[in-house]
Amino acid sequence: MSGARYWRHQDQRYNMAGNECGVCGSRFFPGKTMCPNCHRRSVGKMKKFYFNGNGKIITYTIIHEGSLQYRNQVPYLLAIIELEEGDKVLGQIVDCEASDLAMGKKVEMVFRKLGEQGKSGTIQYGYKFILK
Amino acid sequence: MRSGIVSYGAYVPKYRILPKEIGRVWGQDGEAMGKALNISAKSVPGLDEDTATISVMAARRALARSGMDPSLIGAIYVGSESHPYAVKPTATIVSEAIRAAPYLTASDLEFACKAGTAGMQACLGLINSPDENIPIQYALAIGADTSQGAPGNALEYSASAGGVAFIIGREKVIASIDLTMSYTTDTPDFWRREGMKYPSHAERFTGKPAYFKHIQNCAGMIMKRMGTEPKDYDHAVFHQPNGKFPIVVAKKLGFTDEQIKDGLICPYIGNTYSGSMMIGLAAILDVASPGDRVLAVSYGSGAGSDGFDITITDEMKTFPKDKAPLVNEMISGGKVIDYAIYMKLREKIKLEGE
Ligand SMILES: [Zn+2]
Repeated sequence: MSGARYWRHQDQRYNMAGNECGVCGSRFFPGKTMCPNCHRRSVGKMKKFYFNGNGKIITYTIIHEGSLQYRNQVPYLLAIIELEEGDKVLGQIVDCEASDLAMGKKVEMVFRKLGEQGKSGTIQYGYKFILK
Repeated sequence: MRSGIVSYGAYVPKYRILPKEIGRVWGQDGEAMGKALNISAKSVPGLDEDTATISVMAARRALARSGMDPSLIGAIYVGSESHPYAVKPTATIVSEAIRAAPYLTASDLEFACKAGTAGMQACLGLINSPDENIPIQYALAIGADTSQGAPGNALEYSASAGGVAFIIGREKVIASIDLTMSYTTDTPDFWRREGMKYPSHAERFTGKPAYFKHIQNCAGMIMKRMGTEPKDYDHAVFHQPNGKFPIVVAKKLGFTDEQIKDGLICPYIGNTYSGSMMIGLAAILDVASPGDRVLAVSYGSGAGSDGFDITITDEMKTFPKDKAPLVNEMISGGKVIDYAIYMKLREKIKLEGE
């Protein structure tokens, strides 16, 4: 991801900023411009919402062939996490082995390095998860 | 009430390497080395951890305990000798990642192992300014590092990773800072030039004229001014470049093993550099009771010591320590790795095309 594009998503990556529908209360991560339940009624009523990052694992996978940027990390773990405050998110689980993971296990958000634009470029940071 | 620490948070990475394993690779008696340094394990940061991530984790934990609105923080100082960028502050990353930005001042500090405590002093200065044109209510001081010793060098056995964040303010103070004084000289005991990966140290300076001289003078100066003696303190904590020096300096100053035991953390995770004395102080805050008196003295090569005379207040009774992990919980939760994984985590393995 380019430096500028990443920077625009900084609050989302750093702080899990999503949003909440002012009509039905549904929450979205990442944020949506319109609530899929309330459609036009939600326009102008979507409020920023910061997720606490607690959730549980719905399913997970082990990546053995990472993209160039993540090749130093293989094997690494990706999981779909159901956030306790609503919505689901795909995230990396760190500080554990695949054998430690199971469906339903609780996770919490941590702040980690996501990647860098080469050795002389900027460093990108954001949320990942650890087992609780 | 006096100003001081309003909240605190510490962070220690999960991985550990043992002295025996380091010695195995370099043909040294690692176990003997570990015993000589009084270090049983050192913490190792994950591949995706650096001083910025450690600082953010510690700061978020301090905020979780305080429950305060992060936008009330008017200053952030991050002390480290391993800032991820040579130019671009760690403190700005922290300010966004704890949602304290944008109405605040932020900067990085460097003073070997005492940049974090220098930050505490800067914070105290700002929040205590009587000038209404400096309207800073709370300030955040962080000491964090992911330091490295050259492979096979004695420093490789001690240089570890971790960080601590203190929120400094005037209201709801859990640990009042009754006095802070420093002792500073130009001493070339340890340094790292720009662009060099590993630090260098001058053997003849490391002990007596550096660590011991600065800490003893700083502690002595504080006790003289406060009219106290070692027996007046319930806890004492000194910088911990290894597990031995703090025990020796405590003895020289007249403190007992009992007084320093709660804050002696290096034997379990190594030297966290800018976080070293601060993590000892955090471990003391984990167990201290109202009325307890603490003497805390850092040391940074180059060289200087910052000393703090601290009293635990009644606010500690209701302070929710359990909203973040205690230092002892982090120490016992380590995962031991071998030297090969250590090399991978510290990015010392060249990949194809690098
Ligand atoms: Zn809706």
